[in-house]
Amino acid sequence: MSKMTTILRLPSSPSNANSLLSRLYQSTPALLLPVIGLLMFLAIWNGVAKSIDTSLGQFPGPAQVFEQAGALIDEHIAQREKADAFYQRQEARNAARVAQDPTYQPKIREFTGAPTFFDQIWTSLYTVMVGFLIASVVAVPVGILCGLSKSAYTAINPLIQLFKPVSPLAWLPLVTMVVSALYVSDEPAFSKSFVTSAFTVSLCCLWPTLINTAVGVSNIDKDLINVSKVLRLTPFAHLTKIVLPSSIPMIFTGLRLSLGIGWMVLIAAEMLAQNPGLGKFVWDEFQNGSSESLARIMVAVLTIGAIGFVLDRLMLSIQRAVSWDKSSVLR
Amino acid sequence: MTGLKTTSLLKRFRTASAGVCAALAVSVASFSASVAAQAPAVGWPEKEELKFGFIKLTDMAPLAVAYEKGFFEDEGLYVTLEAQANWKVLLDRVIDGQLDGAHMLAGQPLGATIGFGTESHVVTAFSMDLNGNGITVSNEIWDKMKAHIPQENGKPVHPIKADYLKPVVDEYRNAGKPFNMGMVFPVSTHNYELRYWLAAGGIHPGYYAPHKGDTAGQIDAQALLSVTPPPQMPATMEAGTIYGYCVGEPWNQQAVFKGIGVPVITDYEIWKNNPEKVFGVSQGWADKYPNTHIRVVKALIRAAMWLDENDNANRPEAVKILAKSNYVGADEDVLANSMTGTFEYEKGDKRDVPDFNVFFRYNATYPYYSDAIWYLTQMRRWGQISEAKSDDWYKETAKKVYKPEVYAQAAKALIAEGKAKASDFPEFGTETGYKPPQSEFIDGVTFDGSKPNAYLEQFKIGLKGDTVL
Repeated sequence: MSKMTTILRLPSSPSNANSLLSRLYQSTPALLLPVIGLLMFLAIWNGVAKSIDTSLGQFPGPAQVFEQAGALIDEHIAQREKADAFYQRQEARNAARVAQDPTYQPKIREFTGAPTFFDQIWTSLYTVMVGFLIASVVAVPVGILCGLSKSAYTAINPLIQLFKPVSPLAWLPLVTMVVSALYVSDEPAFSKSFVTSAFTVSLCCLWPTLINTAVGVSNIDKDLINVSKVLRLTPFAHLTKIVLPSSIPMIFTGLRLSLGIGWMVLIAAEMLAQNPGLGKFVWDEFQNGSSESLARIMVAVLTIGAIGFVLDRLMLSIQRAVSWDKSSVLR
Repeated sequence: MTGLKTTSLLKRFRTASAGVCAALAVSVASFSASVAAQAPAVGWPEKEELKFGFIKLTDMAPLAVAYEKGFFEDEGLYVTLEAQANWKVLLDRVIDGQLDGAHMLAGQPLGATIGFGTESHVVTAFSMDLNGNGITVSNEIWDKMKAHIPQENGKPVHPIKADYLKPVVDEYRNAGKPFNMGMVFPVSTHNYELRYWLAAGGIHPGYYAPHKGDTAGQIDAQALLSVTPPPQMPATMEAGTIYGYCVGEPWNQQAVFKGIGVPVITDYEIWKNNPEKVFGVSQGWADKYPNTHIRVVKALIRAAMWLDENDNANRPEAVKILAKSNYVGADEDVLANSMTGTFEYEKGDKRDVPDFNVFFRYNATYPYYSDAIWYLTQMRRWGQISEAKSDDWYKETAKKVYKPEVYAQAAKALIAEGKAKASDFPEFGTETGYKPPQSEFIDGVTFDGSKPNAYLEQFKIGLKGDTVL
C-alpha cells in the first residue's frame, strides 16, 4: 500500500483521521485503477471500432454491443412466451386426440423452438463441466501414478508429449466417428453432439492436470516422505495423508489451467459438432452475415471471457477450501 | 437442449396448470370438431418428435414456414429446426441419425446413394424449390468483362454468357495467375450450374477422377473450382483468393450491397426452372416411419403453397420470418430482393426476375425422375461417375432416390382434407416422372431425361461415351 501511494504521489493519510475514511482512502487506488483501466479500454475500443469500416461491415463498438445484449435478452423473453403458448397448444391437441382415440398415450414434449442465448450459455457450461470432470478423473490418478513411479512416468511421458499439442479441431472428426459408431441407441439420454463435444474437451484439457499432478507428486518434501517411512504408513494412508495434501497446490494449478483450456476448446468444438452452446451461437451469427451479426458475436466473446473468469475464480475458491496450508498465498 | 429438463419442467407445469384451464375448454371443442370431421387419410405418425437440419439460405423457407405457421403441428409433429455448420456436417448427421431429415442439395441424395463421398442410401420425396442461385464475380473481373458485353440503352444485355468471361480467363492464365472460383459442395447444384455456364462459354472447369483418388475436380481445368462455405464467399472474394462464386441467396445480393462484387447471371437464365433443393431423409428412416414421412411432406407442400399463394403475396411475411437470427438471419432488405421477385445485378441495375425463387408453381415440389437424371448426367460429364453407365442405370438410380409415390400419397391426403385442389398437382394416374424434353438452357442444348447418354454426346466439353480418365 505505501509503495502504491508513493508511486501515485498521494499524500499518506493524516494519522488522526477517521479509521474508516483512512482505509477507504488507502484502498481507493485498488478500486479506482481497474475502473480507470476499463474506461480507457472502452474509449480506445470505441475509437478503433469507428475507424475500422470495411465493405464487410463496421467493427462493433461498445454502444452496438450493449444494444445487441439488450436485444438478446428481449429475444429470450419473447421465446419463453412462445414456449408457454406452445405448451398450451400441445395440451389442447393431446386432449383432442385422446377424445378421438382413447388408446393414445399423451406425452408432453419439450418446446421445439430454437434455444435462446441464455439456454446456449447453460448448455456450454454443462458440457464443459462434464468434459472437465471426465478429464480430471482420468488425469489425476494417472498423474499421481507418474509422480510416484519413475518407471511409469518414463513409459507414459512420450505419449503425453505426443498427444498434448493436438488441436481439438483435429480430434473432432475422429471423435465424431467413434461416438457415431459406439453410441447407438433408440432413445439416447444425451445427444451425440453433446457427447462428441464433451469428449473432445476431455482429450484436450487432461494434459495440464496430468503434468502438474505428476510434478506436484514427485516434488513432495523429502521430510514428509521420511515421516511416512518412519511411521510405516500403508500405501493408502501414504496417499491420502502425505501425497494428496502436499500436492494439492500443483494439482489445482493443473485443474485451473485445464478448465481454462477446456472452456476455450469447447467453443471451437461446438462450432463443428453442432452442440447448441455458445460456439454454435458464434458460428450461426457468422453465417447470418447481417449488419448486427458482428456486434452479437462480440457479446458472445465478452460473455465467454466473463464466464471463463468466473470459472477460474470458482476453482480458486475450491482450492482455498481444500488446501491444508491456509496461510499460503493463492492468486 | 439436454440440460434444460429440470428448469423447464418446473416452469412447464406451472404455466400449463395456470393457463390451460380456460384455453382447454375452447380448444378441445374446436379441435375435436375439426379432427372428427375428417378421419385421417394417413395413419398417425410413428415418430412425433423430429429434428430437421438446414443451411442458412433463403430456400429453407418451406421448413421455416411450415414451423411458424403451425403446419407441422397440424400433422401432429413436433419439429425442431437446427441450422448446420456446412453441407458435409448436415449430410453426415442425417446419415448417422442425429437429424431425421434435412434441407439438402438436389445432388446430395444422389451422390450419397451412388457412393461419391460418404456412401449411404438417402431418398427424397419433396423438391423444395426451383432456381434461386446466382454467379457473382469480383469488381475487378466485372470491369474486364464489361468491355466484351454488348450493351443496350446503357445496360448490359442479359443473359451474360461465359463467352465474355473467356478472354478474361485467358488473360489471367497467360499472366500465370490461376483463375479460381468457388462453389459450395462437390455435388451441389451450384457446382454443376457453374460448370455448365463456364463450359457453354468454352472455359474448361476441370474433371474429377475418383477412381484414381483425385476428388479435387481440377484435371485439365482452365478455371479452378473449389469448395468455399457460403458465408465465407464474400470475404474470400474480397481477399482475392477467388475471382467469383456460384451460391444461393442471400450471398449474391450481399456482394452487391457491400460493394464487393457483381452478380452476372442467375441460374434461372442458365436453365429455366431448374430443380434446386430437396428434402432428404435416409432410406432407413423412411422405411421405419412411413406415416411420419407422408405427414412431413404434407406440411411442406402446404408451406410451399403458402409461399407462392396469390402471386407471391405472402413473400414479405416470409422475408420477416427468414430474417430471424435462428433461420437465415441476414438483413431484411438483402433478403427481400430475391424473395419478392427482383434481382440487383450491378449496383443500381435492378431487374424483374419474378421466378427467381419458385416454391410451388410449375409443379416445383414434385420429385421428377428427369431432374435426378440431369444431375446424374452432369456427375458423369465431369467425371464424378468415372465410367460409362447405361441409360437403364440412370433410370434405376433415379427410382432408388426419388420417391414420387410418397409425394402422391401426401398430395392426395391434402386434397381429401380440402386443403389443396387436384388441379394444383400433376395428374398422378398418368405422370411418368419424366418432364418433356427441355431446351431452355443457356447453350440451347435440349435435355431429354429418357435418353441420358445421347444428351451427354451433345456437349463439346465433358466426358461422354466410354471415356475413362
